[in-house]
Amino acid sequence: MVKKRISNDRSRYIIQAIWTLITNSFLIGFIQGKIYQGKVKNVCVPGLNCYSCPGAIASCPIGSLQAVIGSYEFKFAFYIAGFMIVIGSIMGRFVCGYLCPFGFFQDMLHKIPFYKKPKTFKGDRLLRKLKYVILIVFVILMPLFLVDIIGQGSPYFCKLICPAGTLEGGIPLVLMNDTLKQTVGWLYAWKNFLLLVTILASILIYRPFCKYICPLGAIYSVFNPISIFKYRVNPEKCIHCHACATECKMNVDPVKNANDLECIRCGKCKSICPTNAIEYTYSTKKYTSKN
Amino acid sequence: MRKQKKKNINIISICFLFIGIVFMVFGIYRGEVPVMFEKSINICLECIGIG
Repeated sequence: MVKKRISNDRSRYIIQAIWTLITNSFLIGFIQGKIYQGKVKNVCVPGLNCYSCPGAIASCPIGSLQAVIGSYEFKFAFYIAGFMIVIGSIMGRFVCGYLCPFGFFQDMLHKIPFYKKPKTFKGDRLLRKLKYVILIVFVILMPLFLVDIIGQGSPYFCKLICPAGTLEGGIPLVLMNDTLKQTVGWLYAWKNFLLLVTILASILIYRPFCKYICPLGAIYSVFNPISIFKYRVNPEKCIHCHACATECKMNVDPVKNANDLECIRCGKCKSICPTNAIEYTYSTKKYTSKN
Repeated sequence: MRKQKKKNINIISICFLFIGIVFMVFGIYRGEVPVMFEKSINICLECIGIG
């Protein structure tokens, strides 16, 4: 069972690493301190990956959503919303578990040993609602209503909160670009402070950014119960040993709800189950239980 | 009962998928992509914590 779990973890890390490399494959950008300007930037990646990262070949859905909502021409981003609905309705938060570079970064940070890593704490459940507030306030309402004289809003989530932008775009670009180096100020210091907090928190807590902050995770979470790809627990095989709930680092109990909003579909529960009661399923597949 | 619920969920998934595709096509049709593209091909100073 332990072997199966390690194998699941390893294959997931390999997929995450390959995906991170593919979506940031404009490696020359890291040398030149420039960003990719080709046509692939017309499409979004499913996960959170800053489009100002020198290696990024496609766009970040959250950055793009704010760019369109905050433009003077449009007040709703049909293209990006449609993209996220398509991805969400196919796989839900599977994106968080397998296709998000910033999620992969947090996964790696959590592997750093520390003498005590709390699995949960008082207020954890309430704090998880924060990502929905951030989505509504910083990603939608502020770019829509806090506009300049020509009706142009800023990407407030990226500007004030997103540590992925600082890590992937801010630090490499500022390091390589002398002009940018001269223009850094309090905002850059604030963003670096947030990144540092995220890094330290990720060592202690499993994926704190995904749990409490990420607006993209908030959007995909809504699709978890209705997505085509989902999990199910076979009640005939389940022996209620609670191994899955104990193993889950997102604090989900698959037996109670296999498609919980917080489930990132990493597959740890599936690999730890001694009776193989947890299965992947697609909507077209018939349920095997006789109940 | 369970089968009926399962069937409904299938329909919901497919409906959302369809809505998503329609949204994307409409967004492309009304010219949202160039706005997004313009933002993403220039260094976003706000995104990297400068602007």
